[in-house]
Amino acid sequence: MSLRALSLVQEKYPDAFVEQYTDRTGGAWGVLKAESLRPVLAHVKDDPQLDFKLFLSIDAVDRLQLPDNDPRFEVVYFLYSVTHHEHLRLKVRVGEATPEVPSVTSIFQGANWWERFVWDFYGIRFSGHPDLRRILMYEEFEGHPLRKDYPLRERQPLIPERPIRDIFRGPGTSGTA
Amino acid sequence: MAHADEREIEEPPPDEDSELEAHLQTKRMMINLGPSHPAMHGTVRMKVELEGETIVHADLEIGFLHRGFQKSCENVTWNQCLPYTDRLNYVSAIMNNLGFLKAVEKLVGLEIPERAQYIRVAASELHRMHDHLTCVGAIGLELGGFSAFLYAIEGRELIMDRVSELTGARLTTTFGRVGGLNRDLPDGWVDRVYRTLDKIHELLGEVDGLLTNNRIFVDRMRGTGVITAQDALDFGFTGPCLRANGINYDVRKASPYWVYDRMNFDVPIGENGDNYDRYLMRMEELKQSEAIVRQSLKEAPPGPIIVDDWRIALPPKAEVYGTIEGVIAHFKLVMEGVPVPPGEVYDCTEAANGELGWYLVSDGSGRPYKVHVRAPGFAILSGVPRMIEGKMLADLIPTFDTINMIGGEVEQ
Repeated sequence: MSLRALSLVQEKYPDAFVEQYTDRTGGAWGVLKAESLRPVLAHVKDDPQLDFKLFLSIDAVDRLQLPDNDPRFEVVYFLYSVTHHEHLRLKVRVGEATPEVPSVTSIFQGANWWERFVWDFYGIRFSGHPDLRRILMYEEFEGHPLRKDYPLRERQPLIPERPIRDIFRGPGTSGTA
Repeated sequence: MAHADEREIEEPPPDEDSELEAHLQTKRMMINLGPSHPAMHGTVRMKVELEGETIVHADLEIGFLHRGFQKSCENVTWNQCLPYTDRLNYVSAIMNNLGFLKAVEKLVGLEIPERAQYIRVAASELHRMHDHLTCVGAIGLELGGFSAFLYAIEGRELIMDRVSELTGARLTTTFGRVGGLNRDLPDGWVDRVYRTLDKIHELLGEVDGLLTNNRIFVDRMRGTGVITAQDALDFGFTGPCLRANGINYDVRKASPYWVYDRMNFDVPIGENGDNYDRYLMRMEELKQSEAIVRQSLKEAPPGPIIVDDWRIALPPKAEVYGTIEGVIAHFKLVMEGVPVPPGEVYDCTEAANGELGWYLVSDGSGRPYKVHVRAPGFAILSGVPRMIEGKMLADLIPTFDTINMIGGEVEQ
């Protein structure tokens, strides 16, 4: 799919990649080193041969329960080229101790909210982000709910909830509270 | 005489025109729009800083409709995620259902039967019309054209009736299953859809006549909410909002899925990137979608609607009640879910508001390990401050209308 793009990036930045692979469905992935994320994204945006100008999204995966889980988090980036009609899938792996990735907000303005989303739900910091606040959860919320060790039924109400005994709150383990 | 003295002191200064006007003291004012406000779509809170009537700074606060979509999906089987996807974009739920299923099928490596592909196209386009009618009607409503809203909503109600005949629900459709569809078209449905489309065609003519060349409407829409093509790409605009900037990107054309490559339709392209162009995109797409629905229903071949594989699809009820294999397959599918082999995939479809992307990770356990949804509205909403800062407060309303933000998908 975007093998061409990955090899073009490889030519320009030979040391940028940790790994490149093709998934089972034929999608090509490039795993970048954290420090080469910003130069690579700036390059794929401006180089007319690549021209990945449409910023799609950022998200993260907590690999805690996967067989290969070191480092623990993967931040995934999706870009699209409206001239070459290709998707570009990039990843940055980041460990649990200091989950921090350089922010790409200055390259793609649309990254702003997505990076806030990832911070909110996975607790991965984006260094250089202008306004790294929670986006969907409230400011008083503690923890990062999409981490695999965050219990499904943990509740953090801002005002005390009325006790309702016979309500089934869905599957999964309940929180510690 | 003291009285007279006081009157002399109170006497106004010499009469000059400029002096008649009271001195206006200007200072910046914070206005809080929302979370529940008649002019806000969905529950979004917007803090706008005003200098007179000009917006200096806008800060959006979202999350009031957050339901933990991803976390919920990670704890149920793949087919059980479907009701959650209904609630993403509740105005075009079928497109979310089918978009999610398409990504799962790609991850499994399934080819779905041809009839199911045609019906999926028809149902998606029907719901695209539903979405656009809602959007266009709401634009009319909020700019003071209540009649246009009523015409559009009348068409929307007719589509809802057809959708409820097809799926059993008006909004929360839960249509389709991994590997195809859960039910075939009801008897006489195709004919009713044709007649519905005829009626909607008429209603659209009314909406078109009321709005498109209406002086007041055009003045409010043209040149407001402008975003440059560069910024639109940067923020990740897709769908009608991106095409209004003259960028030709439609997933249905760029990487055709199902049977879109066999459909005859055009993708409208704008040039100005303003509210009026976004409105025109939607009006034209309504007509194109109508043609697609007609063509796909006409060409849909007879045949099965779901793959004949008991690991993926439920066996026929006669087999479940009559044979031990049927019972076991049914039990395993309900209890363990569709066996999706470990792996990851990014897949996208063209939803009503743009590219609906799914990044799925499976660990082979029968439940999704990760369900990332790239909701088109999220990216577009993040660009709204750019579109309204430095503009008039009144321009905020049509801008918010034409981007057609849906709280359910933005806030997951």
